Amino acid sequence: MKELSLNILDITQNSISAGATHITIALTEEENGRLTLVIADNGCGMTEEVLRRVSDPFYTTRTTRKVGMGISLLTLAAEQTGGEVTITSVHESVDPVGHGTTLTATFDTRSIDFPPLGDMVETLSVIIQGHPEIDYSFRHTTPALAVGLETTDLREVLGEDVSLGEYEVMQWIESYLREQYSGGDGSEDETV
Amino acid sequence: MKSLAELAAIKERMKDKVAIREGSGSIRVVVGMATCGIAAGARPVLSSFVDEVNRAGLTEKVTVTQTGCIGICQYEPVVEIFEEGKEKVTYVKMTAEKAARVVAEHIKGGRVVDEFTIGNK
Repeated sequence: MKELSLNILDITQNSISAGATHITIALTEEENGRLTLVIADNGCGMTEEVLRRVSDPFYTTRTTRKVGMGISLLTLAAEQTGGEVTITSVHESVDPVGHGTTLTATFDTRSIDFPPLGDMVETLSVIIQGHPEIDYSFRHTTPALAVGLETTDLREVLGEDVSLGEYEVMQWIESYLREQYSGGDGSEDETV
Repeated sequence: MKSLAELAAIKERMKDKVAIREGSGSIRVVVGMATCGIAAGARPVLSSFVDEVNRAGLTEKVTVTQTGCIGICQYEPVVEIFEEGKEKVTYVKMTAEKAARVVAEHIKGGRVVDEFTIGNK
């Protein structure tokens, strides 16, 4: 993967296959160059057996294709910078209410092997386009900026009949995010 | 600043359209978005299809969807086009630029872009 945002797009598919109705994607960059990525969902979760084998590149739940090379590639990207990937999961058979999976990856952004983050806005746009029925919380905070999106807020305005996947809504979301990334005025990224 | 008020305006505009659109798409564009597809560059391909279909004014006829691994990872990004009453067309090693041509020539014009199909690789 050339960009971390592509890993994020890929890993999020696991949450979608797990039947999540809410997915949180949070990126936190600290002054010391440490970047923490959290992808948390309320999907079916994994059993301990599956969780143990989830980083094995030759393991995949063939029938659902829930995992495969994706976690391995993200782990590689994190470890190359001196970071790591940890996954905690509660299977629905263990907790019928509080199930889900949380993946945490850390990176040292000052490492020469840190991949560029790439286009997070396009990643989010593609995730929402694919599954507009799911709710997403996105946060990206750095010492210099704070970007956020809560799709439940948008749904309150849009009502039940207008999907987040409608082209105009997607365009709005992209502009909304690009505006926040460019520091508020959005002048350079206004494309609508 | 993008505001929620703008979103409310979009909702108003959508009101009439939404009812018509349900289930009326006769052409389905399916982009492989598994690890293999994403690593090979499927993300901009998908974005390009969504943009070009909208630009061509075909959103009511065409739906762009995502799928997992189709099983021919070496040919990714792979895009399949399903049209009622016609055989499936599989485009391989796609790019955003090729996607624009497929929308213009195949989806809009009705002529399969043979040079991008799997039979020609």
